[in-house]
Amino acid sequence: MTQSYQSTVLKQKEVCEGIFELTLEGREVPKPGQFYMVKRDHGDYLLPRPISVYDFCEGKLKLLYRVEGKGTKSMARLKEGDTVQLLGPLGNGFDVDQMKGKVGIVGGGIGIAPLLYLAKKLEPKSVDIYLGYKEQDYCADSFQANGNKVTVVTESGKLGFKGFVTDFVKWDQYDTIVTCGPEIMMEKILRESQGKEVTVFASLERRMACGVGACLGCVVKTTTGNQRACKEGPVFNADHLILD
Amino acid sequence: MANIMVDFLGIPFKNPVVAASGTFGFGEEYHTIYDVGRLGGISTKGLTRMEKEGNDGIRLWETPMGLMNSIGLQNPGVEGFISREIPKMKQLGTNIIVNLGGNTLEDYLIGLEWLNQTEVDMIELNISCPNVKAGGMAFGIKGEVAYEVVKVAKKICKKPMMVKLSPNAENIVEMGIACEAAGADALSLINTLNAMAIDINKRKAVFDNIYAGLSGPAIKPVALRMVHQVANAVKIPICGVGGISTAEDAIEFFMAGASLIQVGTANFVKADSCLDIIDGITDFLEKENIKDIQDIIGIV
Repeated sequence: MTQSYQSTVLKQKEVCEGIFELTLEGREVPKPGQFYMVKRDHGDYLLPRPISVYDFCEGKLKLLYRVEGKGTKSMARLKEGDTVQLLGPLGNGFDVDQMKGKVGIVGGGIGIAPLLYLAKKLEPKSVDIYLGYKEQDYCADSFQANGNKVTVVTESGKLGFKGFVTDFVKWDQYDTIVTCGPEIMMEKILRESQGKEVTVFASLERRMACGVGACLGCVVKTTTGNQRACKEGPVFNADHLILD
Repeated sequence: MANIMVDFLGIPFKNPVVAASGTFGFGEEYHTIYDVGRLGGISTKGLTRMEKEGNDGIRLWETPMGLMNSIGLQNPGVEGFISREIPKMKQLGTNIIVNLGGNTLEDYLIGLEWLNQTEVDMIELNISCPNVKAGGMAFGIKGEVAYEVVKVAKKICKKPMMVKLSPNAENIVEMGIACEAAGADALSLINTLNAMAIDINKRKAVFDNIYAGLSGPAIKPVALRMVHQVANAVKIPICGVGGISTAEDAIEFFMAGASLIQVGTANFVKADSCLDIIDGITDFLEKENIKDIQDIIGIV
């Protein structure tokens, strides 16, 4: 059940430049792929920001976010004991029961955030994880215990393989591919998987205002018309998405 | 206990707080978070005669203490609303105000005829839509154009009819007077302010439609001024809308002459803002030893 409540910051850690892991007091156990609308109390901006669940364990809700604009900049200043306004968990999340057979998880940049909690819910032996970054990798270690094989790719070549993560995915080895990251990366995955016997689930990012399906600000074009990223999504079966 | 119940156009409201059109869908989503039956009413997402897909491109843009939107009236159409939404809304236990838009006079009239047959409580006529026949300029810009549509709509409409004014009207006071003369039972104001944002890196407008509607705390002082001006110029009741986020904001609108208020963008800032506002109004009246909310309406 979705709840609106004030939560306390248990911990905030900058995992690398501009990337923060925020641990909050959680209530409801979220599904992997769900998100929360997060607003710093007395923040100097208006709307809460949609941030996906990075992990949830024993009442502790972990969020991973990149400082991007005014809202996340303000969130980055949160310290232990500060309070935030939370609304969630929201969205459909990943349906773990639908992820049959061999699963390939492909994350790009901060898009890796919702994928750790998902990987934890799957059988590690049946999961391969691909993580792509621009310059600097982060949180790749956390994924190690949760997959059969973890492949790290950086565009800079600083760590792991050099290039784009999509160049390293073994497309024909998976029954299911789950992806979250830059649209350009997800589009590449959608194209690669077209006509193949693989189901692709993509978690999309959109600007949001209400987060609950009322304002219609975050719609995504699908084969069945506009769907709300915050309500019917953020996870979509790629077959239903209409790319621009 | 101070009385916050309000009679508005003969309809009893358990409190004067209504969720504003376009920010609350048809109530269902927020009902998963709190009992929306506690609200005075819900003004529905703006409806059009036919279903609409809405606008392409970016639909939301935050500004300092404001929100710009260009949703483009995505809605299920009046028929879709009647068949799918009314039965659910009736279960919520609050007044249903139907926000109805149109691009032609005919759109309004057909929509109103259909809605006459239903159990909704009130119509909020949205005259901010572009008028196809008037070259796309909104019905709500010129008093004489608004007069025509309100007059014809009032003849058809069998429900209490409130007209929602746009702050983009050439003269808000003349607009209010024109709508009253045309037979509007009440006025709600204001709708969003016409606004713009530019993406300086892409060197183009943020919104595909170039201009978009600004809402939120940033517009509250403008809305309050317009409510005050119009309230002093007309005799029909007024529903105040525009950036109301707290009980104090709401009380300002009552003092300026509104007997009902709507809360929009604040629902996004904190999902249960309306409840805080309802409780805060009671607290203020108690603290000030005011027995009835009527006693502060229009006192400034």
